[in-house]
Amino acid sequence: MLVIALDTSTPAVTAGLVTLEDGGPRSLAERVTVNPRAHGELLTPQLLEVLAEAGYQLGQVGAIVVGSGPGPFTGLRVGMVTAAALGHACATRVYPVCSLDAIAAQTPGDDPLLVATDARRKEVYWAAYGAHRPGGARARLTEPGVERPENVPGRLDGLGVRSAAGEMALRHREVFALDPVEPSYPTPAGLIAATAAELRAGAAPQPLVPLYLRRPDAGTPGPPKPVSAGTDIDRGRT
Amino acid sequence: MPEPGRIVLGIETSCDETGVGLVRLMPDGSVRLLADAVASSVDQHARFGGVVPEIASRAHLEAMAPTARRALEQAGLELSDVDAVAVTAGPGLAGALMVGVAAAKAYAGALGVPLYGVNHLAGHVAVDTLEHGRLPARCLAMLVSGGHTQLLSVAGIADTITQVGSTIDDAAGEAYDKVARLLELPYPGGPPIDSMAREGDAHAIAFPRGLTGPRDARHDFSFSGLKTAVARWVEQARREEREVPVADVCASFQEAVADVLTAKAVRAAGDLDVDTLVISGGVAANSRLAALAADRCAAAGLTLRVPRPRLCTDNGAMIAALGAHVLASGAEPSPPNIPADPGLPVETVVLR
Ligand SMILES: [Zn+2]
Repeated sequence: MLVIALDTSTPAVTAGLVTLEDGGPRSLAERVTVNPRAHGELLTPQLLEVLAEAGYQLGQVGAIVVGSGPGPFTGLRVGMVTAAALGHACATRVYPVCSLDAIAAQTPGDDPLLVATDARRKEVYWAAYGAHRPGGARARLTEPGVERPENVPGRLDGLGVRSAAGEMALRHREVFALDPVEPSYPTPAGLIAATAAELRAGAAPQPLVPLYLRRPDAGTPGPPKPVSAGTDIDRGRT
Repeated sequence: MPEPGRIVLGIETSCDETGVGLVRLMPDGSVRLLADAVASSVDQHARFGGVVPEIASRAHLEAMAPTARRALEQAGLELSDVDAVAVTAGPGLAGALMVGVAAAKAYAGALGVPLYGVNHLAGHVAVDTLEHGRLPARCLAMLVSGGHTQLLSVAGIADTITQVGSTIDDAAGEAYDKVARLLELPYPGGPPIDSMAREGDAHAIAFPRGLTGPRDARHDFSFSGLKTAVARWVEQARREEREVPVADVCASFQEAVADVLTAKAVRAAGDLDVDTLVISGGVAANSRLAALAADRCAAAGLTLRVPRPRLCTDNGAMIAALGAHVLASGAEPSPPNIPADPGLPVETVVLR
């Protein structure tokens, strides 16, 4: 089965074409640009380049997999809406997948693992994972969360985690006290591996909703501030 | 036999409305409306007293594909019938624009049709051609909404638009929202103030007309002073424990807004020597603005064109209409890597 893989949950703008066979996912072509401000500009052009390079048409694609975050960038929505529009245009199913799961799926070995990505505001998105399951996805040991880096080790107590993947693994190496491993960003093959079981089963996709993990910033306004200082004021002609 | 002409899909996500419109560009250059589907997140913003960008962006993502499906259904068309995609590239809220631009690229890329990233403000003018046909060679457009208040000289809807004047502070619609909040009327403020004003005396209170002095910028607007004057007046009344005559305040405020807008628009039309004024944007539906504009245009010998209210507010049809005019002009499509541009100047009708 031919599957498009898209992810814009991290500074990486990722588009790939992956074939999912018995041996697992294999990337046919991919384009990755690390630029947190270019998601909206580059994602679809990159995907069209990938298809041209691999020699396939959109109509030949059997499914679309898109990283659903968590991600702090407004760019997270670029991947999701691109996938939604492509799914509409090609009458193809769109499978959202947690971007942390996609990173975990692509890591080697079966030892317990932390995945941590940049949540900005001095926080990280994180989740802990166990061994790979058939198909390639790793079993989650925790739900995805958002946390200050210094609080993450406490959350890993008793899980036996020794290594960490995701872009924050290297940056917070000392704080986490874990060996950083690749990948730093979700890869096309990792995105498909994390969804392989659903894709093979032809399962109905989950709703196409991003994992925001934070509420929108919005303050309810207080009462209007008075404009006059309490002295005599100009009064209009009545 | 298939109908003649080319189908343009328009996508609008610059603020809190997710709009998808479909139009048919006829061989003679005229443009017909086929569908106008809008999903609004306005109710989610009401308790904040203004549009919250993150909430708007989230709503756009949710509504994008369903709204596109609804538009196609309305028109009785398939996506494969679409010959070009136009999208609001700016100005507007960055995160909100990005959702529409990304969707438009995906639709255009999947369909293998040209993409036009176009200017939202030009769209507000172009939409009038769906209702009143071709624009004259030159005209003046006044856009009034919660986000914009400006006078535009339009010498070619697809390529030649220049700004004549604009607000130096609040947009007219913003002033409505702030006054409504002060009077404890619902958000958005336009409709409740308009309906209260009908029961009030427009000459009860003489609120100031901003930037109308002899040495003030001739074609610019200011509504911040007016808003403050209304607030002062109401506070004073409350301090003196007088009952606030809400209807009179609304009517007098609305009169001040409509007076300045129409006086400046008619004067600018004279300065530019054009014979047509187009008024568009959400505030164009305001009853007093419409009535006063009609009177003053008639007195000045100007033809007044105001699209119906549904087309005046943000929608996808206006972007489809503008896209159709750009397509008809033979302009090159936008490159596939165009960004969303929150500060897109009005002079840039199509992104290159
Ligand atoms: Zn607008």
